[in-house]
Amino acid sequence: MADPLFRAPTVDLLHVCPLDDAFTAIFHRASGITHLLVSPAPEILAALADAPLTQAALRDRLAAAYDLADADPQALAARLAELVEVGLIDAA
Amino acid sequence: MRHSLAVRIGPIGYRIGADWRAPIDRLRDLYRDYPSADVPDFTVRLSATRPWRRWIRPSVAIAGDFTLPEAAPLPLAQALLAAEMAMNLQLALGGRRHLLLHAAVVERDGQAVVLTGESGAGKSTLATLLAARGWRFMGDEFALLDPVTGLVDPFPRLVSLKNGGIAAARAAWPHARYGPTLAGTPKGTIRHMVPDAEAIAAMDVPATPALLLFPRFGAASDSRHVPPSEAFVRLTQASTNYVALGEAGFAALTRFVRTVPAMAIDYPDGDAAVAQLEALWAMR
Repeated sequence: MADPLFRAPTVDLLHVCPLDDAFTAIFHRASGITHLLVSPAPEILAALADAPLTQAALRDRLAAAYDLADADPQALAARLAELVEVGLIDAA
Repeated sequence: MRHSLAVRIGPIGYRIGADWRAPIDRLRDLYRDYPSADVPDFTVRLSATRPWRRWIRPSVAIAGDFTLPEAAPLPLAQALLAAEMAMNLQLALGGRRHLLLHAAVVERDGQAVVLTGESGAGKSTLATLLAARGWRFMGDEFALLDPVTGLVDPFPRLVSLKNGGIAAARAAWPHARYGPTLAGTPKGTIRHMVPDAEAIAAMDVPATPALLLFPRFGAASDSRHVPPSEAFVRLTQASTNYVALGEAGFAALTRFVRTVPAMAIDYPDGDAAVAQLEALWAMR
């Protein structure tokens, strides 16, 4: 079975507003729900905004963009699961 | 409605109708310095819970476009409180022109301090004490945040003083006009106070929000910074229409918390709170 692709809403569907060092507020236009996210969730959404990625490709993308030499695959899987749970990304 | 009154409080126009003359006469007197509402935004009805209850143990039900099913009827002697609650409810649930935050607001030099907190945090008392120290009273119930301008519009309704706040306000404003003392209400003892003439005269003058405070009564004086993310969460909870406004509310609130510094203050009494606020104001 192929690795699942994770898909995020396109940029025009999210209103992203960093509030302070810790939290980013995101308004999801499709649902009207406000989300309050901590890193790396906003970075994951940004990395997935252009095109869906597998978890491995996403990890590479985050590692390159944010200089994460040893991105933990289990932690990333947990963050992805949380974002799927709240409806901000989709796995297919 | 047999008896009615139209009154404008800042940008909000009300028509208040009642089955009885007395509460409307009382409201008309207390609101006599306010302009009339040409086209009311909200209509509030104080009606008898049953037709015969106009006369026998008169009991007031609150009605309007919005009602709370669990809102208990109040005895006629508490009709002023019923009117206040109904006016708040219509705005809280129906207002769409502003992001509504449960807060008192005072202003100086065009800049506003927004004091938010639960009922009992001392918002009304503090706003009254600050007004006696030269601040402009802009409201004790809702901060009306304009999503377009980012300014706070005044909502200087009658001040709703409760319990210990009544004596404190009377000491600060001995010559103000007051409504009757309403004892034994669901909120304790209530007394309404007419805001000072300056507050009413300036009810169309907005202010730039400059300081957000989360006051808490009953502890030794203390203060701490509140980060924007915490202020955001607490204000979504303090807003009655954040969800209803959708993205406009999100944009207004994120702009507010990112531009307005926020502090939580504990205070043992009104004088201490005023001193704390003025010190923070000087340092902002």
